[in-house]
Amino acid sequence: MYQYDRYDQQMVDARVAEFRDQVRRRLDGKLTEDQFKPLRLMNGLYLQLHAYMLRVAVPYGTLNSTQMHMLGTIADKYDRGYGHFTTRQNIQYNWIKLEDAPDILAELSTVEMHAIQTSGNCIRNISADHFAGAAADEVADPRPYAELMRQWSSFHPEFSYLPRKFKIAVIASETDRAAMRLHDIGIRIHKNDAGELGAAFYVGGGMGRTPMISHLVREWVPLDRLITYAEACLRVYNRYGRRDNKYKARIKILLHEIGAEDYAAQVDAEYQQLLDQGVEPPFAELQRIRTFFADPPFVEGLSDGVDQSDPAFAAWVQQNTHLHRVHGYTSATISLKPVGGIPGDATAAQIHLMADLAKEFSFDECRVTHAQNIVLPHVEQRRLYELWQRLDTAGLATANLDNIGDIIACPGLDYCSLANARAIPLAQKISQRFSDNGKDAVIGELKLKISGCINACGHHHAGHIGVLGVDRKGRENYQLLLGGSEGADTSLGKITGPGFDEDGVVDAIEKTTEVYLAQRQDGERFLDTYRRIGMEPFKEALYG
Amino acid sequence: MAEPISGTDSEARELDDVQFRFREDEMVDHPAVTVDAFVGQTNASAVRIEPGDDARDLLPHLGRIALVEVNFPSFGDGRGYSAARILREAGYQGELRAVGDVLIDQLSHMRRCGFDSFAPGVRLDEEDAARAFATWPEVYQAAVDGRAPIWTLRHGERNGDTNG
Repeated sequence: MYQYDRYDQQMVDARVAEFRDQVRRRLDGKLTEDQFKPLRLMNGLYLQLHAYMLRVAVPYGTLNSTQMHMLGTIADKYDRGYGHFTTRQNIQYNWIKLEDAPDILAELSTVEMHAIQTSGNCIRNISADHFAGAAADEVADPRPYAELMRQWSSFHPEFSYLPRKFKIAVIASETDRAAMRLHDIGIRIHKNDAGELGAAFYVGGGMGRTPMISHLVREWVPLDRLITYAEACLRVYNRYGRRDNKYKARIKILLHEIGAEDYAAQVDAEYQQLLDQGVEPPFAELQRIRTFFADPPFVEGLSDGVDQSDPAFAAWVQQNTHLHRVHGYTSATISLKPVGGIPGDATAAQIHLMADLAKEFSFDECRVTHAQNIVLPHVEQRRLYELWQRLDTAGLATANLDNIGDIIACPGLDYCSLANARAIPLAQKISQRFSDNGKDAVIGELKLKISGCINACGHHHAGHIGVLGVDRKGRENYQLLLGGSEGADTSLGKITGPGFDEDGVVDAIEKTTEVYLAQRQDGERFLDTYRRIGMEPFKEALYG
Repeated sequence: MAEPISGTDSEARELDDVQFRFREDEMVDHPAVTVDAFVGQTNASAVRIEPGDDARDLLPHLGRIALVEVNFPSFGDGRGYSAARILREAGYQGELRAVGDVLIDQLSHMRRCGFDSFAPGVRLDEEDAARAFATWPEVYQAAVDGRAPIWTLRHGERNGDTNG
């Protein structure tokens, strides 16, 4: 994986010093809170209901064990002994003191980490396929392109005060595991007929209160023009994105209002102009970055196959492992969704254990997924049982990946100052219900996503079942959505009808799954059945 | 809650008082006109861009402009950064002045986008400003301040010449 050189280290150190100075000026009263707010946000620091929250960047979700250990250390030293992995492949700490923040950033910088641009109206930390470099179906490892863009987007002088936040995801396979079409820019690295790699740019996706699926703006950007084209995309947005209403300020609204074709034409004109400006790094820089993502020393000639005579292990293997491109290896997902647990939370001890396991079993590498789980990307199949036993002992072997218990949930009203309703306790109740009734495994793949307000941090629009918490006359109320998806077949969920109270929505979800179980044909997933039979049978069961 | 800095220099100030200037030539001594007014007349040499203006309207006239002021009514509105860079990319060599809600923590980025004079609405602390201008030991991007980006330093494609 990528390692800093002295330049990268200098830049992060400079940022730590700058932020320390900003905090000092804030505490001295030289900066007003309004002036300080965007500065602290660009360093990942939010003021929440009870304390500051610090969001640490995990570029494209990739960590080595030293970095993972540091995340555990910070959880112990500065938080209450745990951290919360997020849908942007980052980690958040919910109990941070403002005056500690510069020290935390300084500690992070010793392991080549930071909290740069994890919030604010700037280009955010760049996400990628969490199986990058391991998945059998990828045409290339997408992370070198994400790293190239990380450097370009860090402290960008022109794009640090955009109309609104700006999220970029990079993938390099047909199957989209990064919700790429729901980003401001989604980049898909693909091959042309001549076998060359290029980048397709999708622009204008997003969730929030106006969910939209992105438009293909350019099918083919040569790899040695990536930065120039991205710069053109951002400049058109910076100049013409709306600034009169923060709810209409995302780039998706600009594309919606002027049309994707008009936007593409403007980007093209800007691109032609920028081609003469020398903003593109030399191809040698991309090559330099690529060398950091070379294959680890895989053992050659291993055969595929795992002894699954232990039924509990077999269930985990079938649910939580993913096809690797090298024979004899697999990618194993550690579910951070234990029955009745808080989605994405891990204790300091668990974080340290996962770091150790990454080192022992996966060439010193782990990944954070946008579904709030941890992946060990390169595990030898013949050592999988040993790994599973270690996880099981620590309560980390829940075999529920992509099932109804693998819930994505935002922090909700328990932590977040924007939320209208709690998301975590609801996720816990649902997880418990479907464990108690034994249906989690019977139902199979069913992606359930909960947001505590319309900002949609819990991705409810993209859930096969989505839940949106709203405030209804001072009481928490939950709307149910069906039919969303974030994959290659991206779609947005539709609301079933009137909302429910907390217990009511758990019952409603159970009824929804009963309709599915009664109607499913030939191994259909919930989503397939919904798409085949439509909303009516579900409405009938819920409200009839 | 804290107040904005006032410092010792609290007397009434002209909006366009220049506090920092990185050029040697004489300052333009007449006020800047709006983009609309500028395009319609021939004798003005100073023009003021508001966030909604298109900086490219000035491109046919760059030869007769000595000063462009870019107004930041609110520091969070970043359109002025693009306006500045567009002018420099088109070869504009005259003075480029940031005016309005210009604060310490935006100075380094403004400099990178081609601003070479600064007239903050509220006078800035000199020491804090000096530190802010020197924030970045190196830079990740090619912009219009002539600094060689890190990728150039890594690969030595060209020297870090400055264009003034």
